Amino acid sequence: MPVAVQTQLSDVETMEIELLLDGVYRLYGCDFRNYALASLRRRIWNSARTEGVATISGLQEKILHDRACMERFLVQMSVSVTSVFRDPEFYAAIREKVIPHMRAHPFVRVWHAGCATGEEVYSMAIVLWEEGLYDRSRIYATDMNEVVLAKAREGIVTSDNLAEYEANYKAAGGKAQLSDYYTAKYDRAIFRGSLKKNIVFAEHNLVTDSSFNEFNLIFCRNVMIYFNSTLQARVHDLLYSSLRRLGVLALGRKETLRGATPHERNYEELDERERIYRKVA
Amino acid sequence: MRGSTERSRSGKPAIVVIGCSLGGYNALRIILKALPRDYPLPVAIVQHRGVDTVDLLARALQELTQLPVREAEDKEPIIPGCVYVGPSDYHLLVDAGRFALSTDAKVLAARPSIDVLFESAADAYLERVVAVILTGASRDGSIGAARVKSKGGVVVVQDPATAECAVMPASVVQTCAVDRVLPLDGIASFLRVQGYARAD
Repeated sequence: MPVAVQTQLSDVETMEIELLLDGVYRLYGCDFRNYALASLRRRIWNSARTEGVATISGLQEKILHDRACMERFLVQMSVSVTSVFRDPEFYAAIREKVIPHMRAHPFVRVWHAGCATGEEVYSMAIVLWEEGLYDRSRIYATDMNEVVLAKAREGIVTSDNLAEYEANYKAAGGKAQLSDYYTAKYDRAIFRGSLKKNIVFAEHNLVTDSSFNEFNLIFCRNVMIYFNSTLQARVHDLLYSSLRRLGVLALGRKETLRGATPHERNYEELDERERIYRKVA
Repeated sequence: MRGSTERSRSGKPAIVVIGCSLGGYNALRIILKALPRDYPLPVAIVQHRGVDTVDLLARALQELTQLPVREAEDKEPIIPGCVYVGPSDYHLLVDAGRFALSTDAKVLAARPSIDVLFESAADAYLERVVAVILTGASRDGSIGAARVKSKGGVVVVQDPATAECAVMPASVVQTCAVDRVLPLDGIASFLRVQGYARAD
């Protein structure tokens, strides 16, 4: 009996993506079902190419039957690339508008939600150090992916980018030399141990895990851009409930609270351009 | 059935995507100036450039046109008659009526990448995409243009002979069956025609 094809080719791809994500969720508990489709599709195809399969169904078969393939897929799903003092103006604004509020607290709890390979975590650690707040701070740096987190924990950057990082550091209001904070070795630079002592690296998944503390300052920059609106709203709930009153939320340069969460009205703007908000209710 | 002319298309154009690199600003100037103030399509632009965090390009382009120009924000709805510039150091993608951003690795040494914009536009709007490749010193855009063609969209390329840098448009002409190869003023009139086209 001939089988009628009900959908067009492009819909088949969408169906394959849904089936893959469903399988990944049911077998491994990792939930990508509410990720934004466009960037998700790219990452899935990158993964398919790396695995040498021609279709997303082929990728699904491999992922469901081969744990190592799933682990590679997870890395592919967390490949965002950032830099030390990315957006220098942002860190300048943190120094100017956020640090003064933090001085009022006997103890400063900072959360980098979705810290990726850690460049921005060390950037903030340096700011706290130079502002004399490091010793009474505890920085929680979390990511859903263990492999990425291990890189963050090492605190190693390739020396190719050091000139750019040094320029960023200066533009961000750095008070010394960036090189004071790392040891250069062959083609890489390692952040100093003294900078790491108050940083706690831990696995945490914004999609499936809940709040684990109350913070004075939360960074969630360029993380929710990978989520669809439904998931963004849910993660905003989590961030909101993880902030102390008068705690500060910092988003990426092209993200906004406007329309993203009903908690919008519970924040005031500390810096509109740099997307820094303070919880007031 | 993979006809490459507009005649095989079922829907009228829904979005214009433009990619350029070296020399792009001068080329964009001519095109934007020629678009009327009631231009009915959204226009999304990726221009390779260094990292700037103060939307210099969007501001410079705004000087040239009465259409509103701005840097695209994450999840911003795509509105007809608006010109959107991909922010520096982010990829710009199109996702069912909204823009999406990513900080995934550079593609062909570029972020924003033209391929990323074009491919996502083709996936989201299928045949209703008009893609334009202007001057540039890279091969970025070729894969994206091929994707636009494979979904039935339209690809227009600046005549390499008239481009400040011919590498990028020439690469696209080699890679896929483009619909038009035109000088800048020709591209501008073509986009006007596409904007007011009616569905077949």
